[in-house]
Amino acid sequence: MHRRTARGALIVGVAAALAVAGCSSKTTDGGSSETSGTGESSALSIQPGVLLDSAGNEVASADVTDAADPAGSGNATCSGVSLAMAGALTGANAALGQNILYGAKLALDKHNQANPNCQVEMETFDTEGDPQKATQVAPNIVSNASIVGLLGPAFSGETKATGPIFNQSGLPFLTASATNPTLTENGWTTFFRGLGNDNSQGSVVAKYLTGTLDAKKVCVVQDDSDYGVGLARVVTETLGAAADPACSASVKTGQKDFSATVSQIKGESPDAIWYSGYYAEAAPFVTQLREGGVTATFSSGDGTNDPEFVKQAGESANGAVLTCPCVPAPAALADQYEALNGQAPGVYSVEGYDLTTIMLKAIDSGVKDRAGMLEYVKNYDGQGVGKKYQWNDKGELSNALIQIYKVN
Amino acid sequence: MIATSLAASATLYAGNIDFNIEGLTTSFWQLTIDGLSYGAIYALVAIGYTLVYGVLRLINFAHSEVFMLGMFGQYVALELLGFTPSGNAYNEGVVMTVVFLGLAMLFGMAVSGGAAVGLERVAYRPLRKRGAKPLTFLITAIGMSFVLQEFVHYVLPEIWPGLGGTNAQQPIKLVQPVEVFSIFGASVSNVTIVIIVAALLLTLVTDMIINRTKFGRGIRAVAQDPDTATLMGISRERVIMLTFLLGGILAGAAALLYTLKIPSGIIFNGGFILGIKAFSAAVLGGIGNLRGALLGGLLLGVMENYGQVLFGTEWRDVVAFVLLVVVLMFRPTGILGESLGRARV
Repeated sequence: MHRRTARGALIVGVAAALAVAGCSSKTTDGGSSETSGTGESSALSIQPGVLLDSAGNEVASADVTDAADPAGSGNATCSGVSLAMAGALTGANAALGQNILYGAKLALDKHNQANPNCQVEMETFDTEGDPQKATQVAPNIVSNASIVGLLGPAFSGETKATGPIFNQSGLPFLTASATNPTLTENGWTTFFRGLGNDNSQGSVVAKYLTGTLDAKKVCVVQDDSDYGVGLARVVTETLGAAADPACSASVKTGQKDFSATVSQIKGESPDAIWYSGYYAEAAPFVTQLREGGVTATFSSGDGTNDPEFVKQAGESANGAVLTCPCVPAPAALADQYEALNGQAPGVYSVEGYDLTTIMLKAIDSGVKDRAGMLEYVKNYDGQGVGKKYQWNDKGELSNALIQIYKVN
Repeated sequence: MIATSLAASATLYAGNIDFNIEGLTTSFWQLTIDGLSYGAIYALVAIGYTLVYGVLRLINFAHSEVFMLGMFGQYVALELLGFTPSGNAYNEGVVMTVVFLGLAMLFGMAVSGGAAVGLERVAYRPLRKRGAKPLTFLITAIGMSFVLQEFVHYVLPEIWPGLGGTNAQQPIKLVQPVEVFSIFGASVSNVTIVIIVAALLLTLVTDMIINRTKFGRGIRAVAQDPDTATLMGISRERVIMLTFLLGGILAGAAALLYTLKIPSGIIFNGGFILGIKAFSAAVLGGIGNLRGALLGGLLLGVMENYGQVLFGTEWRDVVAFVLLVVVLMFRPTGILGESLGRARV
């Protein structure tokens, strides 16, 4: 008896829910299209703004027509040499590795089409962005003698773990995205970083905030990652008196509720907020800041410079200043990239393209082994699509540029 | 005075812990309100742990994933209702918003309830039939927790593009938090009111189901003495199934309330920490005790909110678990003690 009533009630309940859902889905189709004015009016995206040099001064974007062309002369001959790419190609951070790989593929495609007698292959090694996996993969790269240059590893952690292996075997490894400053302090002779490191990003950003944006009071908020903490330290140091210790705060990776931090910041009413961390936390953070009535400029680094940030924060992301040591692809290159890979270029795509071009030029010039490649890259001095490439003896770019992006 | 104590603590803790008493006193009421709204969500999830523990003596660690599936459930419901995720708030008017939220909540409850019952069928019932040891159940629960997480992480995006995967779901925001009134200088938003009222109401209803209905008497009887309950004509299997269902339904409701507060929290591992907190809340109040779950949830929510301002945001979880340890040291059965299995005259 009792059992039957319970079951009956359940069925009636479910049926009612379905019926109401079915009916109202029709009415809300009209309803939500009315409200779509407020809901979807914004097609916000991350747009490149000014390009800054290490002193924080604005510089003109590189003239793409001067950039090194992977096609070269078209009559290069080579055989028995190949390149490799290592980075996260599957797993949580695959998008980043793919950005780099697709950039490299575009350079390879241009080169191989123009040079019938020099077909260079690029072998890919998936590290999943994990230092442990990368260490397992690295010997496979090193033991293949035909590989004369490596594009990667992509992340700082895996680069730190595998650097000694590549360095010992004399294999030049050119990273398109690992920005941890300490990487160039290991005495590695075959490591080259194709972009500015976190120190240069942090100091340039601080100068931009106090200079161009004229911020008198900045709240520095950091997450608990090595990246976030390191970047926040440089930003705070360079900001000097403008960094307000009363509203500097730490948050945790995976945190979604920032109400305590928001009320702390609100009480200080700063001109700008710098967030050191990744988009997964930055998006809810900026949303809650805006909901809490904080109107200060929100700024963050390359960890937040991802379309996902705008997707999740919506209107709250509007006006956010995002920086990156990576440069945007010029329109012509972006079209070629999209035609080949079926998606628009992302962060570090241009770096992947440029670094591959440099290694291809080395092969075209007759480089046959790792020692030759190392010599070539060491002495390289040339314009790329994004920036000028010339390394100091540690493997840092002698003129690292920081690109300012804006969400609008 | 505060300044000197600040300086002293700064030297003591080398900057890792800030001892921000001033921040705590100035925003005390705001923190209390915010903490209560979190606590209410913890409480709803905690009831699921408590009920299952009361009946089966099993800590159902996969309950946090039941909650997580509820978040996806209500998300799908809102999508089916014609809302496109955009990160911006819709403005549908009070009545329609309540209707939509109600429907989404029903759907979330259905998904969570179904998941909880399914979990019981697939994972726990076969073990029970074979007379497995308690430890086996515990390991299975932890295993199922990972299975469900990774399902949403890797499998769901393959079979339902746009759902699950590495990134959080693009939020669908029905309600923009707006201050409705302020109390002692703390602003109380519409979202906070909805969360606290809905959670209290649901707890009250659950309490009545357990204490006033025939089904509730069945649960209490099985919790107290499964063998005798069976002899008295109570189907143990059925009670277990309905217990999971009830816990799942409440987790589904909590999922909707949570996404009201944190619209971008819908992610495969989004239930994990919250589930552990809710479990702590259940233990804090006295596991197996319905009112204890409510008390433990609210207490935990408020205390960790104080703690994160006093010590710094990164200490929030630490505060919650230290509180748990301290309470258990003095009251090993929790604040209110265990009651579901106790005989009542």
